Amino acid sequence: MTVLNDIRVIELASERISFAGKLMADMGADVILIEPVTGDPSRQYPPWVDDEPGEGRSLYFLHYNTGKRSVTLDLDTLEGQARFRQLIATADVLLESEATTRLGDLGLDYDSLGKIQPGLIHVAVTPYGRNEPLSDLPATDLTLMAAGGPPWNCGYDDHSLPPVRGWGNQGYHTACHFAFMSVLTALLARHASGRGQFIDVSMVAALNVTTEAGSYNYLVNQSTVQRQTGRHAAVQMTGETQVLCADSRYANTGVPPRTPAEFARLYAWMQEIGMVEGFPEAVFLEMGANWDGPFDLSQIGTDDTITAIFMAGREALKRIASQVSAYDFFTGCQNAGLSVGVIYSPEEVFEDPHFKARGFQVEVEHEDLGRAIRYPGAPYRLPASPWAISRRAPRLGEHNDEVFPQAAAD
Amino acid sequence: MSDALSPFRICDFTGQLAGAGATKWLAAFGAEVIRIEDPVMQGRWDILRGNPPFKDERRGIDLGGAFNNHNVEKYGITLNLRTDKAKEMLAGIIAQSDVVTENFAAGVLEKWGFGFDAMKAIKPDIIYVSNCGFGHTGPYKSFRTWGPIVQAVSGLTFSSGLPGREPAGWGYSYMDHTGGYYMAMAIMLALLHRQRSGEGQWVDLACTEAATTLNGPALLDWSVNGRAMRSTPFNSNRAQFNKMAPHGIYPCRGDDDWIAIACRDDQDWAALEGVIDAPWCAQFATQDSRLAGEDRLDEQIAAWTGGFDKFELQARLRALPIPVAAVQKPAERIDGDPATGNFGLWPTVQQTAMGAVRVDGQPVHMSETDWRANRGGPCLGEHNVEIFGRLLGMSADEVDRLQQEGVI
Repeated sequence: MTVLNDIRVIELASERISFAGKLMADMGADVILIEPVTGDPSRQYPPWVDDEPGEGRSLYFLHYNTGKRSVTLDLDTLEGQARFRQLIATADVLLESEATTRLGDLGLDYDSLGKIQPGLIHVAVTPYGRNEPLSDLPATDLTLMAAGGPPWNCGYDDHSLPPVRGWGNQGYHTACHFAFMSVLTALLARHASGRGQFIDVSMVAALNVTTEAGSYNYLVNQSTVQRQTGRHAAVQMTGETQVLCADSRYANTGVPPRTPAEFARLYAWMQEIGMVEGFPEAVFLEMGANWDGPFDLSQIGTDDTITAIFMAGREALKRIASQVSAYDFFTGCQNAGLSVGVIYSPEEVFEDPHFKARGFQVEVEHEDLGRAIRYPGAPYRLPASPWAISRRAPRLGEHNDEVFPQAAAD
Repeated sequence: MSDALSPFRICDFTGQLAGAGATKWLAAFGAEVIRIEDPVMQGRWDILRGNPPFKDERRGIDLGGAFNNHNVEKYGITLNLRTDKAKEMLAGIIAQSDVVTENFAAGVLEKWGFGFDAMKAIKPDIIYVSNCGFGHTGPYKSFRTWGPIVQAVSGLTFSSGLPGREPAGWGYSYMDHTGGYYMAMAIMLALLHRQRSGEGQWVDLACTEAATTLNGPALLDWSVNGRAMRSTPFNSNRAQFNKMAPHGIYPCRGDDDWIAIACRDDQDWAALEGVIDAPWCAQFATQDSRLAGEDRLDEQIAAWTGGFDKFELQARLRALPIPVAAVQKPAERIDGDPATGNFGLWPTVQQTAMGAVRVDGQPVHMSETDWRANRGGPCLGEHNVEIFGRLLGMSADEVDRLQQEGVI
């Protein structure tokens, strides 16, 4: 048994919310995906199994719809609306991203559905929130991200290059995280009250509060951060943290050494691999190692000695990186107690020994394709109520008969 | 209002954003979140305490703007866990808590004598949620991370950038924010499980694993088709799945001003072409021709957008309508965009030392149990008298004495 086993979710198919449905399904919820008879458009998104387009072969759809059941329903017909009401009467959660007035026009808004099912938790995920007409304008992950703040913070030191939006519909993901958190909150509240509620999730608002210093610097003292290559946007330009390693891969040096102990370990590591000679700044590393008490970080850039010590720390990391592979730099620094990361491509982390040792990859049977496919695994590990992909994503309408047995009998 | 989570008490060791962001959500919905801080280090295991941004010329351990932002509506107490008395007091608090949270490196809580088994002995159905970069098992369990390191190792840094250049990555700790969201989910899932079964558990959240799931389609393209992103050049501003072109971020008139434009199909393109109204458009009439010539198309679009003010152009393209949005600077999206203000996204809290200051609100509204944000992040030990009095039955004099003895 897992935690959401007795929770039924009705999801009106949309690429904007499919990840929220997956988060629920993978914790055991019975997620019924309602699709038009033509199928959700994301069934046609590449990449494809064996690069061959076809029914049940979109890896995009397979990923975002694990564990769900699919039924086809035309909400524009009276019959479709009646079936939808039947389903709602058995449901705990309605997850949708329709235009703001659509369900109301069909007589299927929360006011009506809540009467059928008082425990219903209705989550509407829209670009700017349910009360904002802008929500009904066309938008993609890219335009929502631009409006919500992330690209302003991301890109390169060279500001003649455009701001960058990260790969992979991360804007949708952020909205889906909030949709799921809201549902869990409402389920905990329902335990005491017995009542559901309506939840209005704004995608652009979700992005606005997911930009760290980009927002709070402005909120606190009206300062504006500037994007910088591979590191935090900041009001001032800061030292680079991305270093090129001997194997042409990059690593992120993270927070450079800033405690005497870290300077000491870095110095010792350089000694060990014979790099102290030929590195004139080593003397500052030694000073850092012997510093009395914690550094006053606010003095970086003002106090000459502290500045020299910190610059030497950064330089030392760069020097070592140029001599070793990104992976060796990562593990070597970490073993010296420095928080450094190899910049992996997605498939490299998937095959990394640590992730394999923890069993991050999971196999999902695809009997229709005659094979099992390795998927990314659990984002969190709840031993008493585990995350699991219960089954592959559904074929279009695969569960019509199961979900609507009367209709099948008619 | 705000009582969705009021039955729950969280004994909270979290710091920074990856942990504090999680309990910020719980506090917003009424959970009693009690931050435990170290009086000897002045709470500096959370490096944000006392660090910029500052509201005015004042500096100090209670004046950090980021700390305040991430700790709205929480209580703050101090315990010097080097002393037996403080450990005894902590045990007293755990005995009355539903959840213990932390985002230290693996093993820190255990070293203090408060591993999961010890906590279970104090409170049999305790929920313990730990959030660290690589989790509590596996070869890298002792490795240390913060947001950018999680992003680097998980593939998210690599997958953000322009072709032929080093990764652009994320200009903020996307995975501190998002690690916090997963931690909040984990806490609430464990609470739901306990409501049904009466059983607590230890949730081991590895932030790098949560992050890796966010590139799902790329991982399947690898595991099924053997296609590696490392050897497939990409421009992350372009569309990844459903094909769209143009689909990018283009320059506008003005200082570092940009606009995002997407054409989902031929209809969007026809509408855009009507506004551009130039002969070069003809060669891009079909989706295939736009995708095949996307580099040239992007150059033409950029040359065209460069003549416009970004908000003026946004208004014109919204009227078509096609997907468009100005790349908004902080001032533009916080004070200039009525949609965020109307949503109530930037509440003003009262922080005891800083005074009135605006913070990130929550991007959702719940019709019955909405969130609240009134009280700012706690000053160091601000609630010692209240919490030790209420939970441990101590008098103000006793609390005062413990402070002089260095216990709190």
